[in-house]
Parts: sequence; structure tokens; C-alpha cells
Amino acid sequence: MTISSATDPATPTLAPAPATPASTPRSAFSDLSQETLALTRRLFLQLARRPSTLVAGVLQPLIWLVLFGALFANAPAGLLPEGMSYGRFLGAGVIVFTAFSGALNAGLPVMFDREFGFLNRLLVAPLRSRSSIVMASVLYITSLSLVQSLAIIATAALLGYGWPGGAGLLLVLVILLLLVFAVTAMSLGLAFALPGHIELIAVIFVANLPLLFASTALAPISFMPTWLGWLAALNPLTFAIEPIRAVYAGHFSLGEVVLVAPYGSLTGAACLGVLAVLALGLFLLIRPLLDRKLT
Amino acid sequence: MAKWSSKAVPEAVIELNQVSKSYGSGAMAVKALSGLNLSVPRGCLYGLLGPNGAGKTTSLRILSTLLEPDSGTVRVGGLDALVQPRQVRELLGYVAQDVAIDKILSGRELLQLQGDLYHLDRTYRDRRITELAAVLGMVDWLDRRCGTYSGGMRRRLDLAAGLLHRPAVLVLDEPTVGLDIESRAAIWRVLAQLRDQGTTVLLSSHYLEEVDALADELAIIDGGKVIAAGSPQVLKAALGGDRVTLRVREFSDEPEALRVQLLLQACAGVRQVVVNRSQGFSLNLVVEHDGVVEQLRQQLKQADLPVFALAQSKPSLDDVYLQATGRTLMDAELAIAGQRDPKAERKQAMR
Repeated sequence: MTISSATDPATPTLAPAPATPASTPRSAFSDLSQETLALTRRLFLQLARRPSTLVAGVLQPLIWLVLFGALFANAPAGLLPEGMSYGRFLGAGVIVFTAFSGALNAGLPVMFDREFGFLNRLLVAPLRSRSSIVMASVLYITSLSLVQSLAIIATAALLGYGWPGGAGLLLVLVILLLLVFAVTAMSLGLAFALPGHIELIAVIFVANLPLLFASTALAPISFMPTWLGWLAALNPLTFAIEPIRAVYAGHFSLGEVVLVAPYGSLTGAACLGVLAVLALGLFLLIRPLLDRKLT
Repeated sequence: MAKWSSKAVPEAVIELNQVSKSYGSGAMAVKALSGLNLSVPRGCLYGLLGPNGAGKTTSLRILSTLLEPDSGTVRVGGLDALVQPRQVRELLGYVAQDVAIDKILSGRELLQLQGDLYHLDRTYRDRRITELAAVLGMVDWLDRRCGTYSGGMRRRLDLAAGLLHRPAVLVLDEPTVGLDIESRAAIWRVLAQLRDQGTTVLLSSHYLEEVDALADELAIIDGGKVIAAGSPQVLKAALGGDRVTLRVREFSDEPEALRVQLLLQACAGVRQVVVNRSQGFSLNLVVEHDGVVEQLRQQLKQADLPVFALAQSKPSLDDVYLQATGRTLMDAELAIAGQRDPKAERKQAMR
């Protein structure tokens, strides 16, 4: 028996392929843009239809801001530098924590795509470059983290914890961008290195709060025991928090010292340099892994 | 539509030569393919038949550039898939066994994404989606989220995704497993249309009737290599004789079945008498012509043995498989069922 393609006249049939292909020559950039934007759009559609990630990403730091702000509102005078209020001190830490937490989750959508086989759908397509899969994740998580951070910046201002001003805001966003790039690279690397989402979520849980507490988000280095002060002074979050704190205090400049660490003092430029090197270094570090998994 | 290589179009569109692939290493290594050879002519609807675990999915994953073989060559449309994988991907439409869809997107959004990944012009892409939605009966539900789809809907959507860029070669891995009759019929109809329009279709299946009904040619794969290849008619005709299934009683026991086996083996024109234990000790045999059946009845009568049921049929693909491997496809499925490790297989499929 052989199945015939003959059908009822009312049944739609496939139109024969045109004699000449409809496609016109396209540039590599055009192809790369199309595939990257399509993959990014998919992630935003997921977010729009399941906004709980966005909401939780704003709510959690907001709760930190309100609760910790209230808890330490009566902190003894002289505890904090320049006699600033605890709320203002905390603001910079919570903004950085918001961006950091968002970026730390960057690997989850990729991990789910690996586990459920959706990544294979992408890999059988003639992508101009498979780096579009990574670029889409970076674009998405960067936008999401910055939006969440902006929401916290606005809320902190409403709570009276300060406003960085127009130029200051731009600077804050640049600092956050560098941090988000670095953490996104790490998270994407983990998403391809670890066997499943359970392991990835475990790493995220383990990394999240200890990194916050071992930074200058909640307390200055001078308030910490020596060992913790060293940890905080080496913690990447601190290199983002201190420049932002300086921006909020209105005295940030590239040449000015913003971080007094046990190993020495660092200027704003040095902090930004550390973040930039970290972001670049992490992307270079995960590149062989991505090449192996995506080719 | 994807274009062929500018070189002369080869007769065989898909060629796998001496392809081997193992998963794992050392003592834990599992050999999935052992020097597999496959040649699929252009414009042919080609079936790849074999039990689960025979190596069908591994072959198709290598062909679709998802996996690299340990050794051997893979050519599609004259292109070396290991050297020019991106060009091969342009030629291929791949419909995987485990349907990977994004439950949050609607079917239309998923197809739009697919179109963008194949760099289709937006207008052309949307027109093509409309066309495929009509042909595959997806119009009523295409704008609903994929998470609400039944298995049949998902398969149709996945087939539409595979066809969106008008591939010259369509590769389908068990596309109708677990489907309702309506979905299966819709997929079969489209595959036949594609074949008639000149698309080369490679279809893997462990459903005998599916391959028998659809395929112009087929290869039977077992233990990671091709054990028989050709058109279903030629393969079946090559076996010769008719197949007879005999039951002397509704419920025979083994000693009686063995006694009947000895009796039948002595009959002229009878060969391959097998006691089928899984079918209540019935007997499967091959008779060389119709007259032999009447002689059998006489022999049984003389031996005081009744005939509860006797069915005569032409050879099937299962008989082709039986001839080549010494066991039925069903027995092969049952033998492998307990040995498979779904967790390990899922890991193999993960990048």
C-alpha cells in the first residue's frame, strides 16, 4: 500500500516550491541582527507573559531597602562615612544587589532550553553565528537588570535616600552595566557547564546572599572584622557599590579615592577598571566552553 | 527555498558512509552506530525502520549536524556535513523525536521565530505560515499558547516549523509516535505531497505499517547498521512464500506446540516453523504456495490435531526483519525496553 497525496478538493495542499528561490542575497550583519533580535524577542515575550521574575526582582531588593533602612535608621552617629544616613548608605548596596541578582539568573533560560531540547531547535537552524544565542541572553538580562535597578533607584529617591542626578544616573548605569556583563558571563558559563537547572539554582542560592553580606552593601569595611573586610574588599560587588555611593554623595570623580581597602585605596577609575577587566576576563574564560557546546 | 550545491546534483541526496558513533567512554561506552551506510535518492520518501535503540535517532542527529560521528562521512546534497554544516542546515528541515516547543509562545510566534532563525523575509515568512496553517489544519489554534496544545497539535506545529523554509530535504524522527488518527493522517498526507513535489523525505519509524504505507524505499537498521535496504515490495517479494499463523487449539501448551512443529517441519513446501510463545504457543511458518496449506490441513487431520485458527498472508516488513535478525520487531522492542536509561538518553541529547 502506498499513501497517495491526492486529497479532497476542499483540503488545502502545499503550493509547489517556486522555480527560483524567493530569497535575495543578505549581509552577514543583517542575518545576525535578525536572529539575535528574534531570540531576544522570545525572551521578552516570556517575561511579558510570566512577569513574576520581573516583579520578584524588584520586590526583593525593595523589601531589603525598607526593612534594613528602618532597622538601622538609628545607627550610632559616626558609624557611617561622612555622617550619611543608613538609608542613603544602603541605597547603593541595594541597587547593585538588584542588578547582580538579575544577572545571576541569566543562565536559567539557557539551562531550560538545554534541558527541554529547545536549544537543539536553535542549533539545527543555519544561524549566521551561534553567538547570537549568547548575545540575545546578554541583551535580555542587561535590559531586565537595568530596568529593575532603575525601579529601585526611583523608589530609593521616593523614600528620601537620595537621587544621583542626570549625569550621576548615567554613571550609575555604566557601573551596573559592567557588573551585569561580568555576572551574566559567569551565569551563562555555569548554565553550559552544570548538568541541570537544579545544580544551577543551587549555585545561585549559595552565591547570592553570601556575596551580598561579604560586600560593603550593608556595612562599611571599617565596621567589619579584618577577615571579612578583606573579603569585602575583594568582592566584585564592592567595586560597583563604592563608586555608586560616591556618585550619590556627589563627589565621584575618576581620580578620587572611593574605596579604602585593607590592601590600599582605590580610585573611581580603578574600580571601573576592575569591573571592566572582570567582565572581559569572564567572557574570555567561558568562550572555549561556549565554543564547545555551541559548535 | 534552500538551494542545492552548484555542482551537478548527485543521485543520492543523503549519503552516510561507514558512520560510527559511541556514547560514553571506556567500559561504559555504548556503541550506537557501527559503520552505518545509507544512501537516499533524490525525491524519495525513504523510511528508516528499526526497533528502539537501533541507532535511528543517532543517525538523524548526525545528519542534522547536532552530533559529530566518531568516524565516517556524511554528505547532504553533495555537501560534506562535517565541513559545511551551516550550508547543510539550510538544505535540511529537521523534525525531532521529542518535540521542543516554548510553551509560553503561541504557535504563530514560534513559527515566526523559526522563520527569523532561517533568515526568511518577514512578508514571505508570514505568508508561508498562513499556507502551512491551512495545510496542516492549524488555523483554529495557531494563535493559542503552545502549552495548551495536544501531542498531535505539537507534532503538526513542529512539522510546520521544519517545512517553513521549504527545505530540499526533510528529516523526521518518529513523527507520528503516540498521535491520534487525525493527526497521523494529516502528517502522512503532507509527507506524500512533499514527495510528489520533489522533496526528499527521510522518515524514521518503528511502525511497520507507517513505513510500508509511505516509503518508496527503506533501510532496516539494527544494532547500529543497515541490515536490509530496498523498496518495501522488493524486500518482501525477495522472501518468497506466504506466511501462515496456525493455532491447533485456543490455548495450546508447549509440548503440543513442539509436537506440531515437528510434524510441520516434515511437510514438503514448509519452512521456518517457529513456536511463538508470546502468542499462546501458536506456530508461524512459511509455505511456498497455496497448495501447501491444504496439505497441512490433511496432515493435521491424520495426526488427530484440530485447527482452531489458520491465517495466511503475504510477507510483511516484519518478516523481512525476522529473516534478517532471527527475531520479530516486537521481540526486539521488548528486549530493549528494559535496558534503556531515559535519564542517560536525555543527557546524550543535551548540549
